Amino acid sequence: MIHELKMMAERESGAAASTPILANASRRGVLGGLGALVLALSFSDRARADEGQTEEQKAKKFGADGMPHGWRDDPKIFVAIAKDGTVTVTNHRSDMGQGVRTSVALVVADELEADWAKVKVTQAYGDEERFGNQDTDGSRSLRHFFPHFRHVGAAARLMLVQAAAKQWGVPASEVRAENHQLVHAKSGKTLGYGDVAEAAAELPVPARESVKLKDPKAFRYIGTGKIGLIDNHDISTGKAVYGADIKLDGMLYAVIARPPVYGGKIKSVDDSETLKVAGVVKTVRIEGGEIPSEFMPLGGVAVIAKNTWAAMKGRDALKITWDDGPNASYDTDAFRKELEAAARQPGKVVRNQGDVDGAMAKAKARHEAEYFVPHLAQAPMEPPAAVARVKDGQCEAWACTQGPQAAHDRLMKRLNLPADKVRVNVTLLGGGFGRKSKPDYVVEAALCSQAVDGAPVKLTWTREDDLHHGYYHTISVERIEAGLDEKGMPVAWLHRSVAPTIGSIFAPDPKHELPFELGMGLVNNPLNIKNIRLENPAAPAHVRIGWFRSVSNIPHAFAIQSFVAELAHKAGRDPKEYLLELIGPARKIDPVEIGDVWNYGEDPKRYPIETGRLRRVIEAVADGAKWGRKMEKGRGLGIAGHYSFVTYTAAAAEVEVDAKGEVKVNAIDIAVDCGPQVNPERIRSQMEGAVIMGMGLALTSEITFKEGRAQQNNFDGYEIVRIDAAPKEVRVHIIPSSGYDGPLGGVGEPGVPPIAPAIANAVFAATGRRVRQLPIRAQATSA
Amino acid sequence: MIKLTVNGAPRSFDGDPDMPLLWYLRDELGLVGSKFGCGAALCGACTIHLGGTAARSCVTPVSAAEGQEVVTIEGLSPDGNHPVQAAWRDLNVAQCGYCQCGQIMQAAALLKDTPKPSDQQIDEAMSGNICRCGTYPRIRAAIHQAAGQAPANKGERL
Repeated sequence: MIHELKMMAERESGAAASTPILANASRRGVLGGLGALVLALSFSDRARADEGQTEEQKAKKFGADGMPHGWRDDPKIFVAIAKDGTVTVTNHRSDMGQGVRTSVALVVADELEADWAKVKVTQAYGDEERFGNQDTDGSRSLRHFFPHFRHVGAAARLMLVQAAAKQWGVPASEVRAENHQLVHAKSGKTLGYGDVAEAAAELPVPARESVKLKDPKAFRYIGTGKIGLIDNHDISTGKAVYGADIKLDGMLYAVIARPPVYGGKIKSVDDSETLKVAGVVKTVRIEGGEIPSEFMPLGGVAVIAKNTWAAMKGRDALKITWDDGPNASYDTDAFRKELEAAARQPGKVVRNQGDVDGAMAKAKARHEAEYFVPHLAQAPMEPPAAVARVKDGQCEAWACTQGPQAAHDRLMKRLNLPADKVRVNVTLLGGGFGRKSKPDYVVEAALCSQAVDGAPVKLTWTREDDLHHGYYHTISVERIEAGLDEKGMPVAWLHRSVAPTIGSIFAPDPKHELPFELGMGLVNNPLNIKNIRLENPAAPAHVRIGWFRSVSNIPHAFAIQSFVAELAHKAGRDPKEYLLELIGPARKIDPVEIGDVWNYGEDPKRYPIETGRLRRVIEAVADGAKWGRKMEKGRGLGIAGHYSFVTYTAAAAEVEVDAKGEVKVNAIDIAVDCGPQVNPERIRSQMEGAVIMGMGLALTSEITFKEGRAQQNNFDGYEIVRIDAAPKEVRVHIIPSSGYDGPLGGVGEPGVPPIAPAIANAVFAATGRRVRQLPIRAQATSA
Repeated sequence: MIKLTVNGAPRSFDGDPDMPLLWYLRDELGLVGSKFGCGAALCGACTIHLGGTAARSCVTPVSAAEGQEVVTIEGLSPDGNHPVQAAWRDLNVAQCGYCQCGQIMQAAALLKDTPKPSDQQIDEAMSGNICRCGTYPRIRAAIHQAAGQAPANKGERL
């Protein structure tokens, strides 16, 4: 997402790109000699290359093809088999808890006919020329790479078969691979994978069309949901290695005092007390703090010490005066009023269908509402962390990063090193949720190492650093107005969405949502309404805005799904029945036709919006929650459905609200239709996790700013869900899919958007009070 | 000089006695299974056992461990098969896994004192341990499963 969005931001703002970055001229993986087809292109070159093309021509590449460096499927890159038969699968996607290391390995292993007990996974370093796209975001690892990893496994299997056939002097067609063995049925001979591994590795990689994928009926691991996490043992025994856990000989430890306001600069530094702290080695000025910051450091003063504790104590002793810069007065209370004012005025039209003004004028009744969602911090349990060693004209880094190529490119740029002198090793990520797509901390670690003559340095972000210097979820006001017919159904729908854009970190602030933000539930709203106008009034950014799991779907889904429930109430209808009627009959909507030119980067023909699937997930949670049952006083059920990341999700929440307004979520049903399911066990766990994360932003989480400074310091002020608030029942309903040829949907993010509106709707059902502002906290009471 | 025992091995430390045990374990001893999540006893990722009781190592100075036995995740069981660890694997509790060492240490301490905890007892004991991935339903289930296992001592330290 990183690369394409940066381009979008620059196009949108008309800014010239300045960051050179490597891009592959060829979208196809080429077997062997990958380097030969590489062209260095800058973003501006790529933008120029797009000039003169119609939107259709530009948009021809979809899925993994449309990503920088596309995909690779060379088994020699991704599979290694040792003499003892151990299969090592190289996974190039970052694992932040979605389980992709397990899922990728099981896909390859299945096609390879490998014995899972003999399969290991190793993590690729950042090198998209070699491995294909590595931006692990946008819920697309399996969506984009499932067929390619199948091919990798099947091609490696074919090479093993060919090697065994050669050894036996029989036709390859007589040899089959089965559970880590090569079998020649006619003679009864068998060989283990390890026995022919070396000979197989000498063979040329088979032509792509000669490789036969397995019949899905023969899958041993894919789709079974019976494969445990490949890192289970390491995680449960403390051996799993995260970014914060790397230890190198002679390593020093750093923390950084950063400007408390985005765009602030140092006025003066007194480090005399810092240098007296036992263990402190050095303080270093880190240059930075430009607006837009892109993925580069914010600047500040690094304290480098012999251990983390000394570095922290040293930082506490710094006396820094700051020039707070242009965002010094940012105040989210005041800013919210600006957003509301903007939402009450016409704005840039981003979808216009029918005649909203005419229909509104003729409507029997009207309803309008404004919804607010605050800034949020991803707050992964492992704050950003990286180790770097910059020595002898080379940089090697170890980092918990979602974007190793992005980190690699920023290191090249900041250290002025060629591509082959930079290596970014990827550790496990202790959570990511979008924060770790931005490798500013990896660059910071490298700058620290450079300052101590190349000694390796581990950079730690404290929780305070994480909450004070984030790439926050945007802050937004959504205003919806509907004109209603005599039955209370909308004949006109005017929705204004106002939110600072992620584009503001890449280029002069475009002040309008970019296509990918609009395409997250706003312009691709599939409700069956004749007259729709969607507008996006301008909103400036005063902090770094970044991706937060499911991104703009959060405010869009919260507003739309709350508003629909409000209309249902106004019409005296059951909210679920009303929602289904508004979605309308099962049909396929071309997203481009309703103004969504992005469609999560997928081919609109292969990935239309299917309202039947949306209906089905809503019905699934209604069934799961026994929708329509009589509830005790103070309890209520709420429902919401949403389409995101080309997947369909719905949630039904049962809440209990006491007289003081405390909301307790007793149960949540969540349904997901993501098409073919590679690893249902992890789909289930992602849905369970999305329920909890969605509850947090629905009920308690909020980052506020005063005088440009984030007001929350740690998990006391920034409240996220703890176990005592977790529902006693989380029921996950995975909609079955037939076969594996259909389009895969995303899994990591789509569970989040329906949770907050389902809870808000349940609070209304329990109390009769409508909550239009997140977090809900104690806004509604049952008293 | 502070003397203490870490996972059964005698240790001595002559650095800053105010250094939190977490940084002593991680930076000085290289025992990185105890994690840094907040530095303020708010998240539980750093949970260890100090004198047989769950403690937040991020706010416990090394000096407070003088003469005591510290057990980290690395020392919870010799083979990684403490019933809590086994249940965690069996139910695939982890997502990112970062908080899970702290969760496991907290759960092991809970079961030592309360061998058959109710949901409410689990929630009370575990509410200081945050999991941002949201694995709480499986944590509850895994603790129940571990509690159902035969309490035979397999050499675990608890």
